Amino acid sequence: MNLNVQNLAFAHGSTATLEGISATFEAGRLSVILGPNGAGKSTLLACLAGLRKPNRGTAKLGDEDITAMPAPTRAKRIGLLPQGAETHWAITSEALVALGRIPHLRGAGASADDRRAIAAAMHATATDGFAQRPITELSGGERARVLLARVLAGEPEWILADEPLANLDPGYQLDILDLLRQQARGGKGVVAVLHDLHHAVRFADHIVLLHQGSVFAQGAVDDVITAQNLATVYGIDALLSKDEDGATQLLIKGKMRS
Amino acid sequence: MTSRFMTGLLLCLTLAAFLLSLMAGKVWIWPMSWAADNADGWIFLELRLPRALLGLCVGAALGLSGAVLQGYLRNPLADPTVLGVSASAALGGVLAIFLGINLVPFGLFGCAMIGAGASILLLLAIGRGGGPIGFILGGMVLSTLAGALTAFVISIAPNPFAASEIINWLMGALTDRLMEDVLTALPFMAIGALLLLTTGRALDALTLGENGAKSLGVDLFRLQWLIVLGVGLSVGASVAVSGVVGFVGLIVPHLIRSFYGEQPSRILVPSALGGAILTLTADSLVRLIPGPGEMRLGIAMAVLGAPFFLLLLLRYRRGPA
Repeated sequence: MNLNVQNLAFAHGSTATLEGISATFEAGRLSVILGPNGAGKSTLLACLAGLRKPNRGTAKLGDEDITAMPAPTRAKRIGLLPQGAETHWAITSEALVALGRIPHLRGAGASADDRRAIAAAMHATATDGFAQRPITELSGGERARVLLARVLAGEPEWILADEPLANLDPGYQLDILDLLRQQARGGKGVVAVLHDLHHAVRFADHIVLLHQGSVFAQGAVDDVITAQNLATVYGIDALLSKDEDGATQLLIKGKMRS
Repeated sequence: MTSRFMTGLLLCLTLAAFLLSLMAGKVWIWPMSWAADNADGWIFLELRLPRALLGLCVGAALGLSGAVLQGYLRNPLADPTVLGVSASAALGGVLAIFLGINLVPFGLFGCAMIGAGASILLLLAIGRGGGPIGFILGGMVLSTLAGALTAFVISIAPNPFAASEIINWLMGALTDRLMEDVLTALPFMAIGALLLLTTGRALDALTLGENGAKSLGVDLFRLQWLIVLGVGLSVGASVAVSGVVGFVGLIVPHLIRSFYGEQPSRILVPSALGGAILTLTADSLVRLIPGPGEMRLGIAMAVLGAPFFLLLLLRYRRGPA
């Protein structure tokens, strides 16, 4: 089952516009959407999550149109970690993770299934140690893991993450990336919007590079992250090499002189 | 378990406050004379019973509306008074009286409820995108505007007697309401409360922000209308029958949170009970203040509520709790 968009166009108010986007995201891979500010990364992710309806073209899960799916069904299959790590009340970590079960809830209380999924999600993200602490008292790294656990608790087939590393220390960033990669290795589809090119090079199985609302390049890391592409899209002078294990290394030397 | 114990306690306190409201006053009326065929029995049936029932319903409606509005706007300072919903309902009611719509059955109620519902729609239009304080500022604008228009309508009222009648009603009190008025208001408040009680899960989802809630399958458009209708019915009917009794919806959810935690769905029923307790108790106490006449409940609540609001404001300025 893949997640794909065909000739998708979107324009609305002040949000970044998209034009003629066609891309396919495969399950079992960590796909990364890259691009400069305003390129339309978050808008594309919102279309994939069914939060925004494209003006033209389609966004499909397998061969089902995402915008035509009933919201609760869509919510069960596609989980979204929204931008900004927004949380509003001082509820406990466990209560926050439990919100991920909302699409599955029937009647009043949580079922045994709900409790199992919540416990599994907290175990996978190593957040069970502070299940009863209010989220307002957690460090940035702990909060990020709790918010990811919230998405996992819904047991979606797809995990979409919009800038999940923003405002995190390097160590915490790697924690989150490791967790996302684990989920992909476990068979889920993972699509993340990232800003850091080094992380993309290191963790992505597949990259979609956006530029001014269109796909500039997509494919395997080495095909997309080339000195030429980075110069055109970001205006940076970058050096790419292979280390002794054959992994790609990226060194950003500076802005291109024009 | 603790929350179950707390809810039991709140239920007992609600009952106690209701009984206190039946008994307390310049004349104390003990349960043995409730059915008596004398002055005491008459006071009980015609004055105390409608007043206590009204206190119960108005308090519950305001407490619940406050809890739902705070959850919906993700702002602990939200409340029907602060947001201008009560003032708009009052404007609707005054217009109904001025235009004679109050002579049509349910005319006064209808106009007050439309005023309350419309003010929320206006508020959402004004405050959206203004951050946590945007809705509070929007509410201030609405409140001021509705107050000014209300004063204007009163000032051009042709009959000075009607004007003083309106002012009296606006100040907010549960006194001298007929059983008939109470029974008219009750179904509206009950339907409003039922609508509001269905919002719990969606309010919980909004803990993650609008995109988070939408991604969990919550229909925000439906939620908005549930709240406009629910608060419109509850607060509109409350204001129509008892004038503006302020700050119940601000104070109560805040106190309830310190016992139940901050999850929006968990404080809905307790806030309704807490609102009833606060309103019934305050309304019993204003009767016991010695001196000629009686202090208005609306005034007493404002004297209590305004410093409370200030306290919360100072606390949130220092950083979210």
